[in-house]
Amino acid sequence: MMFVPGNNPGMMADAHIYGPDSIMLDLEDSVTMAEKDAARLLVYNALKSIDYGTTEMVVRINPLSTPYGRKDVEAVVKAGVDVIRMPKTETADEVRELEAEILKVEEEIGAVGRTQIMAAIESALGIVNAYEIATASKRMMGIALGAEDYSANLKTNRTPGGAELLLARETIVVAARAAGIACFDTVYSNLDDMETFRKEVELIKTLGFDGKSIINPRQIEVVNSVFVPTEKEINKARAVIAGIKEAKAKGSGVISVNGKMVDRPVVIRAERTIALAVAAGVISEEEAL
Amino acid sequence: MRNSKVVTLEEAIRRSGLKDGMTISFHHHFRGGDKVVNMVVDKLAEMGFKNLHLAASSLSDVHAPLIEHIKNGVITRISTSGLRGTLADAISHGLMDEPVFFRSHGGRGSAIATGELKIDVAFLGASACDELGNACGVPRSENAKSICGSLGYALPDARYASHVVVLTDDLVAYPNLPAGIRAADVESVVVVDSVGDSSKISAGAIRDSKNPRDILLAKSAAKVVINSGYFQDGFSIQTGTGGASLAVVKYIREEMINRGIKASFALGGITAHMVKLHEEGLIGRLIDVQSFDKVAAESIGKDPSHVEVSSVEYASGQHTGSATHALDIVILSALEVDTNFNVNVLVGSDGVIRGAIGGHQDTAADSALSIIVCPLLRGRIPCVVPKVTTLITPGKSVDVVVTEYGIAVNPARPEVAEKLRAAGLKLVDIKDLAAKAESVIGKPDALPFGDKVVGVVMNRDGSVLDKIYNIK
Amino acid sequence: MKEATAGTLESGDIMIQIAPAKGLEIELQSSVEAQFGRQIREVIGETLAGLGIKDAYVRAVDKGALDCTIRARVTAAAVRATGEDVWKD
Repeated sequence: MMFVPGNNPGMMADAHIYGPDSIMLDLEDSVTMAEKDAARLLVYNALKSIDYGTTEMVVRINPLSTPYGRKDVEAVVKAGVDVIRMPKTETADEVRELEAEILKVEEEIGAVGRTQIMAAIESALGIVNAYEIATASKRMMGIALGAEDYSANLKTNRTPGGAELLLARETIVVAARAAGIACFDTVYSNLDDMETFRKEVELIKTLGFDGKSIINPRQIEVVNSVFVPTEKEINKARAVIAGIKEAKAKGSGVISVNGKMVDRPVVIRAERTIALAVAAGVISEEEAL
Repeated sequence: MRNSKVVTLEEAIRRSGLKDGMTISFHHHFRGGDKVVNMVVDKLAEMGFKNLHLAASSLSDVHAPLIEHIKNGVITRISTSGLRGTLADAISHGLMDEPVFFRSHGGRGSAIATGELKIDVAFLGASACDELGNACGVPRSENAKSICGSLGYALPDARYASHVVVLTDDLVAYPNLPAGIRAADVESVVVVDSVGDSSKISAGAIRDSKNPRDILLAKSAAKVVINSGYFQDGFSIQTGTGGASLAVVKYIREEMINRGIKASFALGGITAHMVKLHEEGLIGRLIDVQSFDKVAAESIGKDPSHVEVSSVEYASGQHTGSATHALDIVILSALEVDTNFNVNVLVGSDGVIRGAIGGHQDTAADSALSIIVCPLLRGRIPCVVPKVTTLITPGKSVDVVVTEYGIAVNPARPEVAEKLRAAGLKLVDIKDLAAKAESVIGKPDALPFGDKVVGVVMNRDGSVLDKIYNIK
Repeated sequence: MKEATAGTLESGDIMIQIAPAKGLEIELQSSVEAQFGRQIREVIGETLAGLGIKDAYVRAVDKGALDCTIRARVTAAAVRATGEDVWKD
C-alpha cells in the first residue's frame, strides 16, 4: 500500500505505474488545514478520471470528529473509492459511525455496499479494542498499524528494531486473523536506509502481516522481494493444490501430499502463496491453475 | 622557440585567409562551458567579417550571443548536430534566412571527410598545446586551467580543414605528445585566458537520478538488455545521457557480476559510470569520442586502454571500420517515438528545437540492438505519438522502446520479442502505448507551424531526411 | 465573489486565481500552450459553468496539469471565491 499525498497531482497521476497492490491517497496528515478543501477535490477528480487499472484505491480521510471528515466521506464515496481508511480508530462505535455515514451517501447515489473500510489503529486504546474494531462492520476489510502516533501515545520513540511496536503488531495480526480480515503494517520513512527497511519487512512478514505501507516507489521492490514466495514455496504450494484436486477427483475427504496428511490451514496457505506469486508476476495466471 | 606558431587571435584570423562567405568550424567538447565560439565570433564581427557559415559539432544555450551576430549578418548559415536554449528558440521562430543543417556526429565526420562539408578555417579549443600545435583535451602541466577529455569531434576538422587554429589556455613545452590534434595539421596557436569551464561539461543533459520513474525505466531497460540474447561475454555497449539510460549501467553491472560476464568495449560519450566498470575489469576498453564528465576526462588522460577516436572512426556510415559497426547494444533516449518506431530527439512537441541528433542515427542504424528509453508522458507531453514532429532516426533502425507503461518491440525483430517474452517480460503493441498516452492527456492540437524552413535534417548518408518549419 | 486562489506551480499542477468581473475572461499561461491551450480554456469554462459562474476573471498558470486536476483546482478556487461548498456539511 503506497501512500500518496492528496494534494500532489503530479504524484497522483502515475502512482500506479510502479505496481503497488494498493494506493492510499491521503487527505489527513500530509495535507495542511488550509488545503483540505482543495485536496478533497483533487482526490475526487483523480478517482473519477484516472485509470488506475487493477490497483486497489484507498483514501485516508480526516477523522469524523474534525470539520473535514464527513465531506471527505461524501466526496470519495461519490467518486467510487474501493476502501476508506479511517485514521486514529479507537472504538467500534467510531467504525459504526463511519459505516452509517458511508451508507447515507451510498443510498443517495444508489450504490449501497460498494465501499469498504480499513481502520488504522494508532493508540493504546485502539490496540486494546483491536478485535472489536476488526469485527465492528461487515465492510471492514483490514486493520493497519499507524506507528508514529502509537509510539508517541505510549510515550516512547520508534527504534530500528521496533521493540516498542511488538505488542501492537502482534495484537493487530491476531485480531485480524480472528476476524478473518487483512492486516497491514506501518510505514518506514528513512528512504536512505533500505537495509533496516528490509529487516522490518522480514519481521512483519514473519509476524503474519499481509502487507506493508510504503511512502516511496523505491520501497516496492524490497517489499515484493520479501513477500514474493520463493520457487521452493511455490512448488510446495502447487503440490498441495494438486493433492486437493486429486482427492476431490477420487471423492476422498483426506488429502495427503508426499505421504503426509494435509489439513485446512496448509491448503489456505498454499492458495495464498500462489495468489501472491501471481500478484507479483512471478508466475502467470495460467501457470497458477 | 624557432618556428613557433603562437600568434594573437586577430593575427591567426588574418593569416588564415578567411573571407566573407567562408565556413568556420568549432567543437563542443566543453558543452555548456564553451568559451571559444563566442570569443572567436566576437572577434570576427569586430574585424568586419560577414556572411560566414558556422559549422559546429553542436551548439547550446551558452551560444545565445550568436543571435546578435546573426542579426548583424556576421553569421548567415549554421551547421550543427544540435541547438538548445534561446538561440534554438530564436531560430525556431524564424531568426535566420537560411535553414540550419543538422547532421549526426557520424554524418558530420563523413561530410567533412568527403568534402561535402568543406571547412575553411577551424578554431579548435584545447586544454594543452605546444608552440607547434600538438593539442589535446587533458592537462599536461600544473598550470592547466581546463580539461575536456576526448577531442573526438574536433579531429576531422583538424585533419580536413584548409586552415587550423588551435586556441589553448595552457601553452606547454614541445613536444605535447601523445596528442589527438597533430602539429602537422595546425597553422596557428593562440593562447587565451580560458577555452572553457570544465565544471559544465557534465551540466544539463547528464544527471544521476533518484527519480523513481527514471529508476523504473532503467530497471526495465536493463531487463531488456540482459534477456535480449546479446548479453554475452565479450559484448559491447553504448548508453546515452538521459537519467534513465545512465542508470541502466548500474543494473547491468550487477548482472555482469552475477553471471561473470565482461564487455569487450564501451563506446561513445563516456561517463564516470563506464569508467568505474572499466576500472573494475568489467569493460575491456573505452572508445571515447566525447568525455561526458570530469571522471571520464581524467581517465582518458592516464589510462592507455581508454582511447580517443574521431567522429569518423566512431560513427561514420561510409567507413565500414567505424566503431558503431562493431557495437552490440545501444541505449538511447528520445523526445518522441511514433507508432512506426521513428524517433525524434531534436524538436520538442511544442515545435521548438531543443535537442541534438548526436550519435542517435548512427548508433541506432549500425548496432545489433537499439533500445529507446523514454517516459510515455512528461507531464502533459506525450512521448509515444502517432507521428513524430520531426524525423531524426528512422524506425527501421529502432528495435525496442521502453516506457513506464510497457515495453514495445519493433515487429521487424520477432526474435528479440520472442526472447523477451520467454524471460517473462510483458510486451505491448506500440500503438497501444500511443493510445494510452492519448487517453490520459487528451489529443494535442496541431502545432502552429509556418511555411519557412528553419532546419534541414540530414540522414547520415548525406540525403535529406526531414525539414523543420518555423513555429509561430 | 471575492478574489481566491487554488493550486500550485509544481509540475503536473495548475494555479488558478479567480476575481470578480463582468463576463468571463481567462488568461492562460501554459507549458503546453500550443498543444493544449484551447482545451485547457474549455475545461476551465465548462467547470465554472457547471458551478453556475458566468462572470469571473481567471488567471491560470499551468504546469502540464491533466484535465481532472484543472477541474479540481478551478472548483477549489471557485468554492473559496464564492464561499459555497460543493460538499454538504
